[in-house]
Amino acid sequence: MKQQPEAFHPNSTAALADPVLRSNFRGAMEFLRNKRRTAFAGVNTEEGDFAALSRRGEAIKQRCLQQLPELLEQLEQNCTRNGIQVHWAETSQQANEIIESLIRARNGRKAVKGKSMVTEEIGLNEYLGDRGVDCIESDMGEFIVQLAGETPSHIIMPAIHKDAGQIASLFENNLEDTPYTEDVDQLIGIGRQQLRERFQHADVGITGVNFAVAETGTLCLVENEGNGRMCTTVPPLHIAVTGIEKVVAQLSDVPPLLSLLTRSATGQKITTYFNMISSPRKPGEQDGPEEVHLVLLDNGRSQAFADEELRKTLQCIRCGACMNHCPVYTRIGGHAYGTTYPGPIGKIVSPHLLGLDATKDLPTASSLCGACEEVCPVRIPIPKLLQRLRVESNHAGTAEGIVRGAGSGRKPLEALVWKAWAWACRHPAIYHRGASLAAHGRKLFRFLPSRWKTQRTMPQPAQITLHAALKNRQRRSATPCPQEKIS
Amino acid sequence: MAEAVRIYPPKPDKVYLFGTCLVDSFSPQTGLDAIALLEHHGIEVVFPQAQTCCGQPAYNSGYDGEARAVARSQMDLFPASWPIVILSGSCGGMMRKHYPALFDHAPEVVAFAERVFEFTEFLRHVVQPTFSDQGAATRVTLHTSCAGRRELGIHEHGLALLDQLQQVQLVPHDYQEECCGFGGTFSVKHADVSAAMAEDKTRNLVGAGVDEFVSTDWGCMLNLNTTLEYAQQPLRGRHLISFLAERIGVTQPLGKADSEKLFAEVAR
Ligand code: SF4
Repeated sequence: MKQQPEAFHPNSTAALADPVLRSNFRGAMEFLRNKRRTAFAGVNTEEGDFAALSRRGEAIKQRCLQQLPELLEQLEQNCTRNGIQVHWAETSQQANEIIESLIRARNGRKAVKGKSMVTEEIGLNEYLGDRGVDCIESDMGEFIVQLAGETPSHIIMPAIHKDAGQIASLFENNLEDTPYTEDVDQLIGIGRQQLRERFQHADVGITGVNFAVAETGTLCLVENEGNGRMCTTVPPLHIAVTGIEKVVAQLSDVPPLLSLLTRSATGQKITTYFNMISSPRKPGEQDGPEEVHLVLLDNGRSQAFADEELRKTLQCIRCGACMNHCPVYTRIGGHAYGTTYPGPIGKIVSPHLLGLDATKDLPTASSLCGACEEVCPVRIPIPKLLQRLRVESNHAGTAEGIVRGAGSGRKPLEALVWKAWAWACRHPAIYHRGASLAAHGRKLFRFLPSRWKTQRTMPQPAQITLHAALKNRQRRSATPCPQEKIS
Repeated sequence: MAEAVRIYPPKPDKVYLFGTCLVDSFSPQTGLDAIALLEHHGIEVVFPQAQTCCGQPAYNSGYDGEARAVARSQMDLFPASWPIVILSGSCGGMMRKHYPALFDHAPEVVAFAERVFEFTEFLRHVVQPTFSDQGAATRVTLHTSCAGRRELGIHEHGLALLDQLQQVQLVPHDYQEECCGFGGTFSVKHADVSAAMAEDKTRNLVGAGVDEFVSTDWGCMLNLNTTLEYAQQPLRGRHLISFLAERIGVTQPLGKADSEKLFAEVAR
């Protein structure tokens, strides 16, 4: 995928001006929020409520991250023992090369893909397409997005930016013998028909992974459409690609995380399919792939891992709840971010994948309202991490910036203004003199040039400050008044 | 995230007031009404004149060093052990939640943060007043700042206090928990996104069909009032404190002549 987070400003402004897009997102997010709310409202007392469940999710992910290097080694050992071949990729390029060589080794030409954001992250479709391997998306949302020549706008619902009418036209114009219909069941039927044939002739199935269990060497895949099951069982070669943060220690870590994931993402207690892949086809077995490979991708994750605070970014289980509840995402949609992962999680993870220089407008694009943190099932303190990335971007903290591209957002004038402001705040006589002057010249405020004024008037200071009013009261009153009594 | 349980002290004789920079410059009346309300309930208010700003603007903009320096200078101004009552949920969140983090949870900073109370929280849980409403029948809706709501859980306090006023009909508005789009420098750095949020919020406030809206944060209200003014809507918001003070008849409006005279003095 072509990543262009540098264009966040023009892209978000354009998105805001698109009423169809705005109403599609508002409606869809509303729907997903309600589903999630109902899903957690129904949680029984034995499991605890959302607060208890999410604490548990957080604890599991933090424990696993603490022993990440060891768990990855253990995962490799146990996968290898099971007959799953493990490959390590430090960059997107390496991951793509590994995948291509695996397909080449079997003379593959046709690939089917289950929904996988990591393969979007590395730009796999394009890479393979350029090299003569046809890569077809088999998730319905991804299929629609691919047909339209677009990228996913949401990590769980890739085509959420499209309404039924837009999908109907897309199918009518791009698929043979397809009449226009806005009937959702019919549209799904049309898509299914197309995909059936692809599965039958595919040389390779490519999927992501939701949880990779170190203890048993098992790859877990969560899905609703059965396309993941098809991708991992029908073609002779299955390649799973995932980020290194998806490893969990033991099988018992999975159920609590799975429950949080499905409830948070789609409001489901459990998805229609939950696949556990533990080996290729064994001698004497009727079906299943002949080869299974796991590609473990770093792509900047180890940079986040290296810092205790930023490491929390890697707790993410990619449920999408933070974007569903984000007031910014709800209004501009996923494409405006110009990154594979949009919304709040995208703002905190993209700087590690792409560098802060390219993504410096993302951490500032938040009012820090905290709606994301409130719903995150693994309790990632997203606003705190955004604030931290702002520090990294300004390079203004005491610590040296550790994120690639740190300091790239630094504006010398802005830095100077904050320095002067902080100095004034520590020198009350100067500060209050300034505040009085502002009160004095309050009528001039509306002439100040500011982007604030695009859809707002300029606020005017009051005639006098509270400080001055209280000083006055103190001076004229015989009775004790609020005043400074401690020297 | 909102704190789980807070143990409240008994009603003290004296408190410190932290007015916040926005109240200082944009609504001194809020500060005067806060003092009037506290004094009405027998609490003496001490207002250290050297106070300026809590440091949140720098903190949110990613200037930790500057924020820390400002925070340190403010903490020095409240040496006695009295509670510190603050007239904003957002600045309250800064002092209670972010000060400790800025100083690596140093014990004296944690102790300071423990003494900080957002005004409505203090009023409801420490002062525990019984109001008798003296105003005419009116309809209002409450907007709570996000920091106030999510870091301190203060929307509950505002509602509980307003609920005591017999003549006031409290009306909910759509998407109450959604951000108004202020967010400090966000409103300038990403002015279009911020304005879109403010537009939606004001539409929902107007849609509630109220006489006015109240809030505990001047940051949100400056954003919302100026958006309403731009859109030529008559609805305006004011601080919950001023609303309460007026309803129970303790407000002392800053006289125009008074302020002009003083203003001349100050400007000299
Ligand atoms: S950050 Fe939290 S809410 Fe957002 S996708 Fe990840 S797990 Fe879900």
